[in-house]
Amino acid sequence: MRLVLAIAVTALLAVISLFVGVTEITPADLLAGRIDDRQWQVLMAARVPRTLALILAGCATAVAGLVMQIIVRNRFVEPSTAGTVEAAGLGLLVVTLFAPGMPLMGKMLVAAAFALAGTALFLRILRMVPLRDVLMVPLIGIMLGGVIGAGTTFFAYRFDLLPSLGAWSMGDFSGILRGRYELLWIGGALTLAAYAAADRLTVAGMGKDFTTNLGLGYRPTMALALVIVALVSAVVLVSVGMIPFLGLIVPNIVSLIVGDNMRRAVPWVAVSGAGFVLACDIVGRTIRAPYEIPISTTLGVVGSVIFLFLLLRTRHHAPA
Amino acid sequence: MHRPDARARIVLAVLAVLAAAAIVAFMTLGVRGNWGFVLGFRGTKVLGLILVAWSIALSTVLFQTVTGNRILTPSIMGFDALFILIRTGVTFFFGFGALALMSPKVQFGAEVLVMTGFAVFLFQWLFLRAQRSLHLMVLVGIVFGVLFRNLAGFMQRLMDPVQFQTLQDMFFASFSRIDPTLLGVSTVIVGAASLVTWRIAHSFDVLMLGREQAISLGVPYRRRVATILAIVAVLVSVATALVGPVTFFGLLVVSLAHVLCGSGRHRHVLPAAVLLGIICLVGGQTLLERVFAFDTALSIIIEFLGGLVFILLLVRGAAR
Repeated sequence: MRLVLAIAVTALLAVISLFVGVTEITPADLLAGRIDDRQWQVLMAARVPRTLALILAGCATAVAGLVMQIIVRNRFVEPSTAGTVEAAGLGLLVVTLFAPGMPLMGKMLVAAAFALAGTALFLRILRMVPLRDVLMVPLIGIMLGGVIGAGTTFFAYRFDLLPSLGAWSMGDFSGILRGRYELLWIGGALTLAAYAAADRLTVAGMGKDFTTNLGLGYRPTMALALVIVALVSAVVLVSVGMIPFLGLIVPNIVSLIVGDNMRRAVPWVAVSGAGFVLACDIVGRTIRAPYEIPISTTLGVVGSVIFLFLLLRTRHHAPA
Repeated sequence: MHRPDARARIVLAVLAVLAAAAIVAFMTLGVRGNWGFVLGFRGTKVLGLILVAWSIALSTVLFQTVTGNRILTPSIMGFDALFILIRTGVTFFFGFGALALMSPKVQFGAEVLVMTGFAVFLFQWLFLRAQRSLHLMVLVGIVFGVLFRNLAGFMQRLMDPVQFQTLQDMFFASFSRIDPTLLGVSTVIVGAASLVTWRIAHSFDVLMLGREQAISLGVPYRRRVATILAIVAVLVSVATALVGPVTFFGLLVVSLAHVLCGSGRHRHVLPAAVLLGIICLVGGQTLLERVFAFDTALSIIIEFLGGLVFILLLVRGAAR
């Protein structure tokens, strides 16, 4: 029942998102059919795609974060604290250097391949280090991301690609138009895939022996999880740029509300992720109209405050 | 005790020769035309680089002394992002008009003062209130850094696009465009901070032993820590104002200094770290400018190497 309420709130935000912008369009006019051609054009070519993109990117990013947390068994990982996003950025840079004419789908796939490799590297490092502390995992991930990012920056600088690198690292929905966001539907499909595989992923998170004992294939399940995470990161990066912290804070907040059953959590995470991104984007659009504040800045502020709260809330004492 | 001392002395002598060689190379390589002009022009650059190396090395060593571990550095804990935030905040709340009336020196002094107060307050709260785990501290620092950076970005977006451009540069480190108008006032500030450091230097080795030991050996602990944090804040402000945020540089030189000296005594580590900083910055800048003709690449290379060192330290610390 509470889930229905959450869906209603998100839907309301989506409706608001349709009517926020420079061109004046009101719901009353739309319902009464008092809309001229230009308004209709704006609505169909910019507002609707943008709202859809927000919903899809929000769902997919939040669920990808949840999937990652389940398989690494750590509350503080998500694609942007595991080197995944930075690796995808490196992939995009490589494509831009060697095959600039490649269609968007191809670029996305290369970025996804790199994201997959980066995530695999992260998991390999985690296996090498005896982890006595929960917080080591995100720390190593953030640093790995920093190192990959520094390498990417260096090559981008050498080949005068810093502006495009800036565009990827800054998540921003202002450039979304019809024909520029359709890849995000893949993200929506992956969200459904994560929901379908929720129980298997939970089992795989328990470890290899446990999974095998239950008669499930460990490797295929892990591979599925990694593919979901890598593809989502690549799709979102190519379409809108990096959306920081979303995959980390939404699952954590959801787990405070509904607990840790993944099958129950996935719809919640998807709906809250979409609602969160919609809310942040609406704020970014209205606060300094007609200028926009990109989603990565808004979410960066809100997300890091919530992240700090989550960190300092856990009373955990480990030997320093 | 004699053997390590002798080794450290030899290391220091070698480093001093190398640093001198780097400075001479920077001043004299590829000079054409008017020697007087070139020496003056490059002299200010070298002075700036030495100031930055001095500030970052000293502040990192002091910070590690207070926190009692080898991984934390002021910039990892978000100090330089804090300075950027303060600088942006001053512009945001007082506007460029007010700033234009003030001389850059007065403005700089005010910013350093605000930064110092804020930093001492923040880190006293973090360090002296509760015994928290090291990893939590590092992670909290990193997230604070992200928060400060995004808050600054948020404020910058709320300003005029024109103003926004001028502040935008502050997010990126560059060792090649040090503002000569700030050199004089920076030298004075760094000199004063170094003098205070020298006055209390006798207690550093004792502070490394930890809080209880230091108190029982007669060090006025709380006051001393507050003083040191204030010095660190001042030094970081100067370095950030001159070249921008450099995350891992301090970690790199101080870790190297520890490895080379083989003794943890401040009388060896401090000068070694400063000399290494000078070698890195002046030598690196000479190589890149004169040999490879790059410009801002030095900061990127340092970030890359420093990030690797950081991961190594983390992994080793976890493996121990």
